[in-house]
Amino acid sequence: MKNEPKGPRPRKAFSPGRIMLYSILVVAAIYYALPLYIMIVTSLKGMPEIRMGNIFAPPVEVTFAPWVKAWDSACTGLYCEGLKVGFWNSVKITVPSVIVSIAVASVNGYALVNWKFKGSEFFFAVLIFGSFIPYQVMLYPLVIITRELGIFGSLWAVIFVHTIFGMPLLTLIFRNYFAALPEELFKAARVDGAGFWGIYWKVLVPMATPIFVVAVILQVTGIWNDFLFGIVFAGQPNFPMTVQLNNIVNTTQGIKEYNVNMAATMLTAMVPLVIYFVSGRFFVRGIAAGAVKG
Amino acid sequence: MSAGRAQAFWLRNLTAKIAAIPMILTSLVIFIGCSIWTVVYSFTSSRSLPVTDFVGFRQYERLFGAHRWSLAVENIAIYGVLTLVFALTVGFILAALLDQKIRFESIFRTIFLYPYAMSFIVTGVVWQWMFNPGLGIQHFVRQLGFENFTFDLISNRNTVIYAIAIAGIWQITGFAMVLMLAGLRAVDDQIWKASRVDGIPAWKTYVMIIIPMMRGVFVTSLVIIAAGIVKLYDLVVAMTNGGPGFASDVPAMYVYNWLFERANLGHAMAASTMMLLTVLIIMVPWFYMEYGRKNKN
Repeated sequence: MKNEPKGPRPRKAFSPGRIMLYSILVVAAIYYALPLYIMIVTSLKGMPEIRMGNIFAPPVEVTFAPWVKAWDSACTGLYCEGLKVGFWNSVKITVPSVIVSIAVASVNGYALVNWKFKGSEFFFAVLIFGSFIPYQVMLYPLVIITRELGIFGSLWAVIFVHTIFGMPLLTLIFRNYFAALPEELFKAARVDGAGFWGIYWKVLVPMATPIFVVAVILQVTGIWNDFLFGIVFAGQPNFPMTVQLNNIVNTTQGIKEYNVNMAATMLTAMVPLVIYFVSGRFFVRGIAAGAVKG
Repeated sequence: MSAGRAQAFWLRNLTAKIAAIPMILTSLVIFIGCSIWTVVYSFTSSRSLPVTDFVGFRQYERLFGAHRWSLAVENIAIYGVLTLVFALTVGFILAALLDQKIRFESIFRTIFLYPYAMSFIVTGVVWQWMFNPGLGIQHFVRQLGFENFTFDLISNRNTVIYAIAIAGIWQITGFAMVLMLAGLRAVDDQIWKASRVDGIPAWKTYVMIIIPMMRGVFVTSLVIIAAGIVKLYDLVVAMTNGGPGFASDVPAMYVYNWLFERANLGHAMAASTMMLLTVLIIMVPWFYMEYGRKNKN
């Protein structure tokens, strides 16, 4: 046996293994970043440059005209009002859906942890199981239900559906979060005479800020990116941005303007991407929280 | 007396029960009720409106006889196997590489994960552009001088599903990586120390010890990704809209098409019942495993 010194070996800065490691990571990073790069450079070129050059080349002459056109006057079928309509529709869908779904789910999680009643765990299990049922199975019955409620083809229907399908995951993460809080807090509040809503507002909500942030990020990105519920339930005047983007890009009329398409794509991806880049840790935490089925 | 007790039972935690009404209704009416509704109406001859004219398995016979449906099933099988294999292996490899005390780890992680933050529509549109035979990657390589280079997956009936799979894998790998990384970080440091003391090479430690330990993480990732695969719809709409012809059709698109465009509810319900059945086959064993394990502890 060799007489080696104790403790971790002082690391050499550039061992062959490390170089290899970093090379693989850099190559992978380039692969994953490439589509974003192509989106950006294509959106900044003019059409002649796109036809003459290649897809990877950076723009020779930077132009923002495609962005203006995508936002203001790109055509979806008969209407040529650009993506701005879809953007505001998406805002009108996302804001109330996020608020309602989180309000409902946080109360669910709270009731499941602190106010267990007979069957509460059963409903929760159905909820979790339900999150795996393909939407297509429930789509048509939901059309009937929203029609009976008189909200089909309106923003209310989309908000309703997002609240339903956001419920399993959100309830799960709130339940897990509340279950990890010390029970004494709840008991002390009860001794002080606080009721269901008193404890919820005065004890739990103030303590749950991080998980509310996670839930908001999860929901804003999820709802902003939704396509199916928007196209089925919102009705033509309320189509969200994703539906409009698809209509602009895949319209069969006219000459294809790839730069406008890519600018439109960037505009649609902007909200979730900004949220993602600003709140990376919370986004990752949302994924982890959702994957641990308690 | 017993009536009073029953009343007291119902009144206990009354506010909590009222507050839980949305959850109760969602689980009973939407998840259970709507699923049963769909299964029941798959046995009817409903066309544009639901009617209770039961025709047995006729919709299913027609479904299994339809070339377009078998194409859709075949496509989702190819897409599913490729996505699961690549997302899980590449996701694990990236996670393992990031777990080597890398500098700029958060930058790498941010790059690998950002596709997951975007809409499938966005992903589909970008990859459609990159696969564009006239101006995309094929054009670029030909410009480099390889005149006969063909990379035209998207407009070829036989390969279009692979183009969609490439885009789907690109989007989902970061998600798998994050789950794997969390799994790797949860591995006790003592195991690494012990294997180093015994002089076991790192790759062998991964294969023999770490991966078997992370079985739970793998299964969870597999179930979540698989459930997402069954739902695959938006990506196909954005990339090919099912074309050329029906060559890239998938079950979710088939159902949508028969529900809202061809107004043949019974047939659509039969197809969605098949989707439900697939999910049950994936899910029920996993649910048993999860709950069985918890009951044991």
